[in-house]
Amino acid sequence: MERTAIRRRLTWQVATVVDVRRETSTARTLVLQVPEWPGHVAGQHLDVRLTAPDGYRASRSYSIASAWTGDTIELTVEQVPDGEVSPYLVEVLNVGDPLEIRGPVGGWFVWKPEQPGPVQLIGGGSGVVPLMAMLRAHSAAASTAPVRLLYSVRRPASVIYADELKKLAMADNVGVRLRYTREAPAPEEQVGRVDAELLDHVAFEPSVSPTTYVCGPTPFVEAVADLLVAAGHDPATVRTERFGPTGGPR
Amino acid sequence: MGIVSPGFAGRRREGTNLPPGQYLTHDFPVLSAGPTPHIRTEHWEFTVTTETGEVRKWDWAALLALPAEEITKDIHCVTRWSKLETSWKGVSLDTVLADVETGADFALAHSYGGYTTNLPLDDLLDGQAWIAYEYDGEPLDPEHGGPARLLVPHLYFWKSAKWVRGLVLSDTEDLGFWETAGYHEYGDPWREQRYAGD
Repeated sequence: MERTAIRRRLTWQVATVVDVRRETSTARTLVLQVPEWPGHVAGQHLDVRLTAPDGYRASRSYSIASAWTGDTIELTVEQVPDGEVSPYLVEVLNVGDPLEIRGPVGGWFVWKPEQPGPVQLIGGGSGVVPLMAMLRAHSAAASTAPVRLLYSVRRPASVIYADELKKLAMADNVGVRLRYTREAPAPEEQVGRVDAELLDHVAFEPSVSPTTYVCGPTPFVEAVADLLVAAGHDPATVRTERFGPTGGPR
Repeated sequence: MGIVSPGFAGRRREGTNLPPGQYLTHDFPVLSAGPTPHIRTEHWEFTVTTETGEVRKWDWAALLALPAEEITKDIHCVTRWSKLETSWKGVSLDTVLADVETGADFALAHSYGGYTTNLPLDDLLDGQAWIAYEYDGEPLDPEHGGPARLLVPHLYFWKSAKWVRGLVLSDTEDLGFWETAGYHEYGDPWREQRYAGD
């Protein structure tokens, strides 16, 4: 595990929402102008802080969806049922509004263009967001590294970044594969979870030494990471980011 | 500095005393950097290495032979969830370290899977830290750190190393996995020490 610390103090700053894009019925992208953004690495996240008129505050962390190109940054937020911060970001915040943020944070679940070897991205639901930052960084850097995204999603209407993924997949060294868990766009397409057979077909093999990034709800990440290790991947090459509770009552 | 977020009312929860910036959850979320290691108890070993290089080892049977405690504590994750009155069973590090000769100031906890986290040795003593192997009356699940994890509930929960396999004691503070990646070297939730410099 590498040591790349820049132990710099993170301070809150006020960003401005300069654009919003509806991605799905429950997800929205916010485009932020940040006066003093130090830049970020694909896969990092930032903290958002909301303040009510009486001073009450609530903060959450969100993955950055964009690659850093020296201008704006983007967050894609999935609305959490019964959430406190995400409904505000998805439904209430408007273009022109201020938003307090601090970041970037995280030095492990990141991809850098100078990193050697193929890149395997596996996302479940809104877990695709930091992986999209990596695909965008890969494209922006014109990286020659082979990269594949396997994106597990409930149904066609739930796909975030559908058009952009189609465009990115036209590059020779970029592969995008969607796996629908509830409802597929065509009757002949298989519906189901990511399993050993699918990984065997679409993921880079351990022999080509990929770095694999898995992000999604905890049960998804647990299942996929276990399958990768069972398929012979060195656990040290599998980087994970989990969100949400563990499955089932306990 | 401070702004008001236009149109934000928030949802205050009364009657609970949480560290700043935390929210209450009744689930038990998981935060790990890689695949979950599955360690069989017959292969499990816990090692303490002192600053002079002296090594002490416990296997699973030796751990279970030590006097255990029932522990009920609130836990606080740096990703902002807090969970109240969680119930554990485990061995106090006071017990584990009772016969270890050391004048070290710092400990680096090591885990199966390669994870590390650093703590002042004082924070592992005086009834503040345990090697926990049961949660809610059941053997600890691998995804929550089983067969055994560190439990240091007064610090952010990343300090409570899952799949713990040993402590390396030292006169100097070596940073662990998340601490190297920009998180705070100490991690007191009541002082909201999330990131380096907080």
